[in-house]
Amino acid sequence: MGRKLLLEKANVPGIRGFEVYRREGGYTSVEKALRNMTPDQVTEEVKKSGLRGRGGAGFPTGMKWSFLAKPEGVPRYLVCNADESEPGTFKDRYLMEFLPHLLIEGLVVSSYALGSKATYIYIRGEYAWIPDILEAAIEEARAAGFVGKNILGTGFDCEIYVHRGAGAYICGEETALIESLEGKRGNPRIKPPFPAVRGVWDCPTVVNNVETLAAVVPIINIGGEEYSKIGVGKSTGTKLISACGNINKPGVFEIDMTISVEEFIYSDEYCGGIANGKRLKACIPGGSSVPILPANLLLKTVKGEKRMMNYESLSDGGFPKGSMMGSGGFIVLDEDQCVVRHTLTLARFYRHESCGQCSPCREGTGWMEKILKNIETGKGKKSDIDLLWDIQRKIEGNTICPLGDAAAWPVAAAIRHFRDEFEWHVENPQECLVRNYGLAHYADPLEVATA
Amino acid sequence: MVKFSDEKLKKVDEIVARYPAGKQKSALLPVLHLAQEEFGGWLSVETMDYVATLLKIEPIEVYEVATFYSMYNLKPVGRYMFEVCQTGPCMLRGSDEIIDYIKKKLGIGVGEVTADGLFSLKTVECLGACGYAPMMQLGKNFREHLTPEKVDAIIEECRRTAAANN
Repeated sequence: MGRKLLLEKANVPGIRGFEVYRREGGYTSVEKALRNMTPDQVTEEVKKSGLRGRGGAGFPTGMKWSFLAKPEGVPRYLVCNADESEPGTFKDRYLMEFLPHLLIEGLVVSSYALGSKATYIYIRGEYAWIPDILEAAIEEARAAGFVGKNILGTGFDCEIYVHRGAGAYICGEETALIESLEGKRGNPRIKPPFPAVRGVWDCPTVVNNVETLAAVVPIINIGGEEYSKIGVGKSTGTKLISACGNINKPGVFEIDMTISVEEFIYSDEYCGGIANGKRLKACIPGGSSVPILPANLLLKTVKGEKRMMNYESLSDGGFPKGSMMGSGGFIVLDEDQCVVRHTLTLARFYRHESCGQCSPCREGTGWMEKILKNIETGKGKKSDIDLLWDIQRKIEGNTICPLGDAAAWPVAAAIRHFRDEFEWHVENPQECLVRNYGLAHYADPLEVATA
Repeated sequence: MVKFSDEKLKKVDEIVARYPAGKQKSALLPVLHLAQEEFGGWLSVETMDYVATLLKIEPIEVYEVATFYSMYNLKPVGRYMFEVCQTGPCMLRGSDEIIDYIKKKLGIGVGEVTADGLFSLKTVECLGACGYAPMMQLGKNFREHLTPEKVDAIIEECRRTAAANN
């Protein structure tokens, strides 16, 4: 069993309330940081921990914090990104719903490190019942002296506010989130200037994911160095994986990044195997925008090594033969699933969520959806497959924010690995309406190149 | 005429106070949520103009936001809106069949309202409940692990609540 740092106490009855959370050792990181450490020392611990942003990009958190500009007399802000919207991802929801105090504790310590006296949790609008849970937790923490004025008598003031979005995937992109927090459309900004210099209300701002900020709590408690020993290589600490699709036990799991993908899928401790005794066809290991992999490439890297559940191993082979850890949204497809149809739903998602600012993304996502719909419904042409490839290439890298890339990658990976399935749809326009292509050869052993 | 009660106006002040002085426009999203809840589940032009006055911003600043975010309804909706997710992970678990079932059961298409004004159906993109698919949002909450039987029970539940509140 892997080490648990975030969900260790998740099953303690009453852990959602302050009293039990505190009894179980909650808020000791606030005491430790505010009483015995300077803000820079807190940042230093986070740097030492090797913690990487858990929202999807995997950028080192301590480094992001150290970029924050600190001009005299200008307020600085910490904003918690709880706009979790990447298909396949529902880990932050779990944390906020069941361990709200863990997030609040992480927010207070992080706000102290960054000098944020007003910290905002930007939560996606659809999680409409969670602001009540968070606000109740904030009030409990305030009553106990951990939030508000003069926290623990140290002179540090910090207010935490919950700000509800209203349905827009793009607001998970940090500059779009900032725009939205200012009461505008979620159109991403051109960088530079980066939020660390000019963010919300033109003030220096750090935007971090919920899980990232929650992870600051164990980092301060056990020390950055100790935290960095968990995991492997540059994948330090633990990661929450939200597993879904055709598996026996969908849910949120905490892993320490030393287990293999195969163990994660088939072990009863995690996904519990493929549902209904079916075989594994493919998987998107890190949220819908990262490349889909057929079973053979998922379980083993192209070098024939066991693929592990961590940043390095999942991206081993680059985009042609690997994928990404991303947000930890683990989507499993069984042998009965149609990759064309699945890709179509993702293309529709990105078309729906494109903010419309950059034409390659605004137009391209619509074209991709239309073409995929034609192929899926037996109206496609052979040349459509190349056209799709061409469009995704012209979106990637040509937009202000990464939504364009996020829309292009799933289409590219589906064609790269499952081209024969697309061709089968085009060549069998009647048959593809009544049955799916099936497992085909996607689970066959990999041919390992030898010298 | 569209107007918040004194209690709701107090709530608006409370929301505005979360942001720095002069940045009251930041309160726009939360105040629009409040307005939609208060004024019939959707945002009419009159409602949007009222919100603009409250926050001392131009009406266009409200329109552009209200049309951008998918949770603001710009035309009347049923008292109970079924917002069924249809993105990849839900599709893998049968959301298309659930949508078809609801259509048949209620006799409406996506984006339509039943004749009695009680129900409307909307398809939405990923709501972050992928592990509990298929699912829909109903009001403030998620209804997960949907089956035809569960959908029947939810429809019954809505009818009962509506009858009890009339």
